[in-house]
Amino acid sequence: MNDRARGSIREEKQDPHLGMSAMSDPARRTSDFAPRTSHASQRTPHLAFRTYVGLSIFLLLAFLIGVMQGAVLLSPVTILKILLKWAGVSVGTVTWLPADETILLQLRLPRVLGGALVGAALATAGVLFQGLLRNPLADPYIIGTSAGAGFAATVAMLLLPPASVLGFGSVALSAFVGGLFAVLLVYRLARVSGQMSVVSLLLAGVVVNTVLGYLGSLTIFLFEGSEFQLRRVFTWLMGGIAIHDPRQLWVVGPIIVCGIAVACGFANSLNALALGEEGAVAVGVDLDREANRVIGLGALLTGAAVSVSGLIGFLGLAVPHILRLAIGPEHRRLLPASALGGAALLILADAAARSVVAPAELPVGIFTALLGGPLFLFLLRRNGRERTWR
Amino acid sequence: MAVTAAMHLDGVGFAYPTGFALGGIDLRIEQGEMVAVLGPNGSGKTTLLKLMLGMLHPDAGEVRFKGRVLGAVRRRELARSIAMVPQEIALSFTMTTAEVALLGRTPYLRRFRGPNREDREAVGAAMAATDVLPFAGRPYDALSGGERQRVILAMALAQEPRLLLLDEPTRHLDLSHQLRILSLIHRFNRARGLTVVSAMHDLNLCALYFDRLILLSSGRVVADGPPDKVIQPDLLKEVFGVTVQVEPHPTRHIPWITILPDDL
Repeated sequence: MNDRARGSIREEKQDPHLGMSAMSDPARRTSDFAPRTSHASQRTPHLAFRTYVGLSIFLLLAFLIGVMQGAVLLSPVTILKILLKWAGVSVGTVTWLPADETILLQLRLPRVLGGALVGAALATAGVLFQGLLRNPLADPYIIGTSAGAGFAATVAMLLLPPASVLGFGSVALSAFVGGLFAVLLVYRLARVSGQMSVVSLLLAGVVVNTVLGYLGSLTIFLFEGSEFQLRRVFTWLMGGIAIHDPRQLWVVGPIIVCGIAVACGFANSLNALALGEEGAVAVGVDLDREANRVIGLGALLTGAAVSVSGLIGFLGLAVPHILRLAIGPEHRRLLPASALGGAALLILADAAARSVVAPAELPVGIFTALLGGPLFLFLLRRNGRERTWR
Repeated sequence: MAVTAAMHLDGVGFAYPTGFALGGIDLRIEQGEMVAVLGPNGSGKTTLLKLMLGMLHPDAGEVRFKGRVLGAVRRRELARSIAMVPQEIALSFTMTTAEVALLGRTPYLRRFRGPNREDREAVGAAMAATDVLPFAGRPYDALSGGERQRVILAMALAQEPRLLLLDEPTRHLDLSHQLRILSLIHRFNRARGLTVVSAMHDLNLCALYFDRLILLSSGRVVADGPPDKVIQPDLLKEVFGVTVQVEPHPTRHIPWITILPDDL
């Protein structure tokens, strides 16, 4: 024992830099090493750059289509002129109807911006929950948000007076609070003696979603109201961008934009989670702390989205998958890309929802599924073997 | 003693809610030692490794790394000094070899930042040392068992640890890959003074590559010492219930066991 101890101390003295410098020795010694890694690692940033450019163009086009399309078609030139005039730039004679200006500035623009925010928030929350729970079926609503928000919104629509705070009606506020409350409930249920496991979180989410979902149905069933109100509940549950007051954007906007920015800070931890929970801990992820923060952030993003849009399904599930197929599972790239993609896709779906049966509207959830579904399947069939979930 | 041990388990006890327990573990592992942990299935090898990794917290006693109690050190800091090669990893996504190895740099990455040049160099060095660079761009799942084990080893080495824990690194590997993995670890131990603690099953391989064997039985240390002290017929009969004959290895100064089956 003593011999061994002394021996190892001597060894340590001979090689004082056992850490970094010793480790990087072979890199210098292995002559063919440098070109190989640069080949392997530089291919991906290039791909990421192209993806961002592509997604930004897609978002811009979606934005343009979103503000043009609707019951009244506005030309891009008119839109540009109205925007310039609104910004205080002189554009010469007014060649459009006063109503067009109102439609663009009061209706379309807030709606398109709202759609972009909601889409970005849902897609980002989808990435967060899929990464944290290591489950391809996870979506932003998986840990209770949908049923909590749905139940609270149903009760609000049927029973509460339509009060308003900062442009948010009682339904929006109830949905936000109900969603967060349900997540808190799921979280508490999933923590058994101070320890939380992903499986128990998923199960608690499913149970709370189911129970609250049926409580919502029960409320509707017991309520003796008008056809109109039941239709309103049904429409809300299918999802639709509802910006009644531009002030809503000033509340939801900063929450969602900051939330997405903060979410990008969890990329390294989510990447490590690909190794499994123990694997992530072994490479230095403080899993308990990170999981708490990711859950809180995901719930906040989802809650903010739900408060202005109801329950838009499929988007938060499909967008992360679609982008993972396109650019791989690396979260530093996947999080911002999903935010861009989600924003663009929801603007398009919303434009379709308000154009197809204009001047009436269809719930946007129908179109997120109809647009996202085929796209998802196409990508899955094309390169599903390369970069999917295991 | 004046010098603090690399890993010091002081009266450590640990019990799972299901009943299995590890108890009365007193171990001192010095920097630069090459230690194998042996014992029957369910004797507590993996649990012992997880205690040393700080993934499990002891119910009794203390686990110290270089004098500091593991529970008091931040996870991230710990992962820069102690790395673990688990029995197997199941990735949730398809990832390339290089992407998997890069995850070993997680404890060095800053929030909002990706790997920098230093990180890429460390990963490249680890991948070169484990000879996995030729398939850097191939999906991890498409690799053979031996190749995967080397990728995981590259990931662990990319952490630039002082202590490397391995949980049966030669499991499911053919003979040539078993020797390859062990000789690689041995080289790191000798050249870099990397402390190695590995759960093992094959007694002969242990005798060949390890300086010190710790024999566990039902959650207790029953023997601890150089191979010729631990590889004793009566001790192995008692712990494994197998009759063996121990002879000197033909070319090395180590014991070599031959199994004498009772039923043939």
